[in-house]
Amino acid sequence: MNQPKKDDGSDSWFTESFEIKGNDFITAGRVSIAVKNLLKGAGLPPEILRRAAIVAYEAEMNVVMYGGGGKCSLYLSPAMIRLLVEDQGPGISDLKLAMQEGWSTATPQMREMGFGAGMGLPNIKKNADRLKIDTALGQGTKVQAEIDLL
Amino acid sequence: MASLFQICEWLGAEVLAGAGGLDRQVERVCGSDLMSDVLSYSQNGVLLLTGLVNAQVIHTCEVAGIFGVVFVRGKRPLPEVVASAEEFNITLMATRFSMFESCGLLFVRGIKGLNGVGLDDRCLKVIP
Repeated sequence: MNQPKKDDGSDSWFTESFEIKGNDFITAGRVSIAVKNLLKGAGLPPEILRRAAIVAYEAEMNVVMYGGGGKCSLYLSPAMIRLLVEDQGPGISDLKLAMQEGWSTATPQMREMGFGAGMGLPNIKKNADRLKIDTALGQGTKVQAEIDLL
Repeated sequence: MASLFQICEWLGAEVLAGAGGLDRQVERVCGSDLMSDVLSYSQNGVLLLTGLVNAQVIHTCEVAGIFGVVFVRGKRPLPEVVASAEEFNITLMATRFSMFESCGLLFVRGIKGLNGVGLDDRCLKVIP
């Protein structure tokens, strides 16, 4: 765990980072569950835990399925939860399309796992108060989602 | 509303994990093999009926706060998936009935879907 640091005018930040393994469909989701448990330990209410876990999980699954592995960073301040999930994968060619419910480039294997219904990014948007996605072909993808606590 | 124990009886199901949590009350039921749909529409107090038996079902439930799963048409998960459910205190059951039959058996007994739609006591009309 890193030392709390100043950011965005908030008093203090708890930060923690997790590695996400690419193409590992057995452990996929464990990082999000660890994030949820950390936030639970911080005493946050169930509905906030659920929203943060769903954001983390959908982003984690994207990194596992498309990104070839990456990193999930959790920042917690008294005012908000910030999740930064990044990979060095192929990037998203058309972000506007990817944000549409039902649009997907999933493989049959991903669909067999119950994913690839084209709901990942829309689910993240639905559960986050703010969402920023930086992506470009060959440049990887960074998803930053924030959930307000106040 | 019904307990997991009651639902287990109605579906003639076998309990595979989380037997200690059978007294938990089910408010709504969701039948789906699409985990992102489950994440999108689930609420607390939800039971999931699914034909998928992989580790992602358990992870999805833990993330979404779902405490019970019924595997339909006789499907069974691998031991490591059952162990994962025990770790998160998620009750797993297996029924021989298909998804359609399982949903129907619960619906006619007044169990509601995620949108809160259910039948009245005499199964004569749909209550929105």
